[in-house]
Amino acid sequence: MSKKLTLAEVIELLNNVEIEALEGVTFEGDIEIEIDESVMNFREEANKLIESRFAVGTVKEWTTAIEEVTIGATPANGGTRGHAVTIGGEKALPYYFDSEMKNPTCVVAIDVFDMPIQLAKSVRTSYEDVMESPSDWAKKVVSEYHADMIALHLISTDPKRKDASASEASKTVEDVLQAVDVPIIISGSGTHKKDPEVLEKAAEVSEGERCLIASANPDNDYERVARAANQYGHVLLSWTQLEINAQKELNRKLIKHCEVSRDRIVMDPTTAALGYGLDYAYSNVERIRLAGLTGDKELNFPTLSVSSNAWNAREAWMISSPLKEDSNWGEREHRGLIWEAATGFALALAGCELFMMMHPGSAQLLKKITRMLGGSINEEKTDLSNWITKLII
Amino acid sequence: MKLNSPLQVYKYLLKINCGKCGEKTCMAFASRLVDRSKKIGDCQILLQDKEKFLQLAELLAPEIREITAGVGDRKVRIGGDDVLHRHQLTFFNPTVLAYDVWDTMEEVALIERVKKISEFKKFYVGHYLKLDMIAVRSTGESAAKFKSCVEKVTEVSTLPVMLCSFDPTVLKAGLEVCADKKPVLYAATKDNWEQVSKLALEYRVPVVLFSEGDLDSLKTLAVTFNRLGINDLILDPGTYPKGAQLKSTFENFIKLRRAGIKESQKEIAYPIMAAPITAWMIGSDPTLTSYLEAALASIFMIKYADIMLLHSIEPHALLSEVYMRETMYTDPRTPLKVDSGVYKIGNPTKDSPVIATSNFALTYYTVESDLSSGRIDCYLASVNTDGIGVEAAVAGRQFTAVRIKETFDEAGFDFKEKTSHNTIILPGLAARLQGDLEDVMGIKVLIGPVDSNQIPGWMDKNWL
Repeated sequence: MSKKLTLAEVIELLNNVEIEALEGVTFEGDIEIEIDESVMNFREEANKLIESRFAVGTVKEWTTAIEEVTIGATPANGGTRGHAVTIGGEKALPYYFDSEMKNPTCVVAIDVFDMPIQLAKSVRTSYEDVMESPSDWAKKVVSEYHADMIALHLISTDPKRKDASASEASKTVEDVLQAVDVPIIISGSGTHKKDPEVLEKAAEVSEGERCLIASANPDNDYERVARAANQYGHVLLSWTQLEINAQKELNRKLIKHCEVSRDRIVMDPTTAALGYGLDYAYSNVERIRLAGLTGDKELNFPTLSVSSNAWNAREAWMISSPLKEDSNWGEREHRGLIWEAATGFALALAGCELFMMMHPGSAQLLKKITRMLGGSINEEKTDLSNWITKLII
Repeated sequence: MKLNSPLQVYKYLLKINCGKCGEKTCMAFASRLVDRSKKIGDCQILLQDKEKFLQLAELLAPEIREITAGVGDRKVRIGGDDVLHRHQLTFFNPTVLAYDVWDTMEEVALIERVKKISEFKKFYVGHYLKLDMIAVRSTGESAAKFKSCVEKVTEVSTLPVMLCSFDPTVLKAGLEVCADKKPVLYAATKDNWEQVSKLALEYRVPVVLFSEGDLDSLKTLAVTFNRLGINDLILDPGTYPKGAQLKSTFENFIKLRRAGIKESQKEIAYPIMAAPITAWMIGSDPTLTSYLEAALASIFMIKYADIMLLHSIEPHALLSEVYMRETMYTDPRTPLKVDSGVYKIGNPTKDSPVIATSNFALTYYTVESDLSSGRIDCYLASVNTDGIGVEAAVAGRQFTAVRIKETFDEAGFDFKEKTSHNTIILPGLAARLQGDLEDVMGIKVLIGPVDSNQIPGWMDKNWL
């Protein structure tokens, strides 16, 4: 649309758009100028906000829910646990608004070892008094540190440590099941040759408790581990090393060849610590979760992160930097706590819902923040309107 | 970007394969443009055709606008992302980390804090992780006080600054002393937008739009500023530090980024700012508050803050923040490895030890820095393990006796000629290769410690 203007109006118009003068221009006779209407309205619009509405859609590609897996059996279901924990069931990335998060999205299992083990100092101080007794250790993490679950590691069976027998180790499993009534994860020593035998015995003595048996992996006799989990009514951890296709393949074998039911598989695709491969682990978990949500039925299982790996990072445990060029590293107590929690945050956002952790403070921080992200903590709303001047510093 | 296959981009190029861009063919150049490892300015021929150049530039522009702040060496780029998940390409322009100072600080304390922020560094995989920006916060006392604080900060540091106040007269006072350094203005709101937009136009600086938890009014501001000709915008939807509002904050970040990238809503496709500093509005225990702030920093670095305002400069907070940023912004397309070979550490002689490790960059640089700071003159072999760490590479057979031999052979390193001891030290985690390696190379093999920080102590006991 155009309008005819007089010269006076042109000058007026030029004033409005803040052009003070035209150079080298002369007018002879009448002139016609075509001007876009939006420019004519320029000044007027600048005087008031252009009201707009924001809208964004949901992700239509997320068609498939993550399997729901229950760990722990109460007396009603043939076990002795005080409660069971159900994870999975999501139809969106963690904490996304596209779909309700059906179950708790962050369950923390605190590590308990069946013999004293070398630990970072900031962690050791919490467990020094109970290290000789796995059941006291388990009691402490439940009653004092509010662990949702226990992750019992039967490291004494490692031939390089005590080389304890499967029967000896299974005695510890019984003791721990007596000592606490939370659901438990039973983990071997990571020795591929011996673990199947150890886990088989442990599965037998905990029959009906619906423990998470850790683990079946491509390097051990996973068929034997799977058989034991099936026979004694447990859930199975499917563990691979940072490779989405290896995870898919192992899951497929567990389902098809070993007949593990879909509601009894949890994955551990291996999660590395902050600064030590977390970049890779984050993307691996995120890719697995996205594949599951978009319909890959060999990858839509709940996922475990061993976030206590963070304590292997030197930034978590060393007293100070070995390099003089580095700025001061500060107190390692604070550093380690944040390191484990931050590792957990990244993996919680990538798609893990079950966490093995060590430091009570890290576990608490991870749980608190993820509960807020899940919307289950109602607190008084913070008024941000004048935040620049209102900090408590 | 609107074009996402090399073929689409190729159509716009001259197809003459002149090679001046450094690529052999225009097709190769096209694929470098798509993965953003080259810029169209690298094509000298295209530069001469302004119209075509601008057309392609527009089509190749990232979905999220990329803006710059600061000048000189420490200039920063903010935004510029094209994907929602880093594995889909990579995230560009690491989150800019800004730490606050405030205008009622005593001069000595102010200078000390500015220096700490400017000079912080942490060695990681061959380079130093650093902080990026200083946010000068007005406490509301006076414009003059703010002005002299900004003046002092820009005198002491070359880092870009962010001027923080909701009062336009305060912002103007700050701009008067540092506009030439291209600071970021924080912030325009529904109440002050008219004056702040004038400042942004007059001084040509990027400006943050702030709207507390309300995306409609944030978009209203963005559309209005855009209409005024201001495009260097950053969106702050408000960072609530706790409770259910933290959930809504998280959702707002997801919504904004999804609208910008997945739905190409250009009106809202600007960089996003998070302010974990708001943890300090609710906390009273400094340690717990610094934990909360670092936690929020982690969350929003992952999803999807392009710039972030923080308070604590305690090392535990800073270290986790720079590491998390590195985690998210490391390019997943390039494996983290160094060239395999035999490297000299210090000034090795024939009596110096020869140590082997993997060519995973993190491992290599960790070992290298432990050796140099322990002042151990030696040869360090980076064995080609396909960029995999020692433990996993031993299990996966990328770290084998044969691979170790190949590394020394290719480097032309002959133990008989270069050493008096004919001995190699293997990492503790590769102990099981000992026998094999002795057979394959005919040299003596010692097993070193599991962690390289123990090498100096190990040397004292085992190496004369």
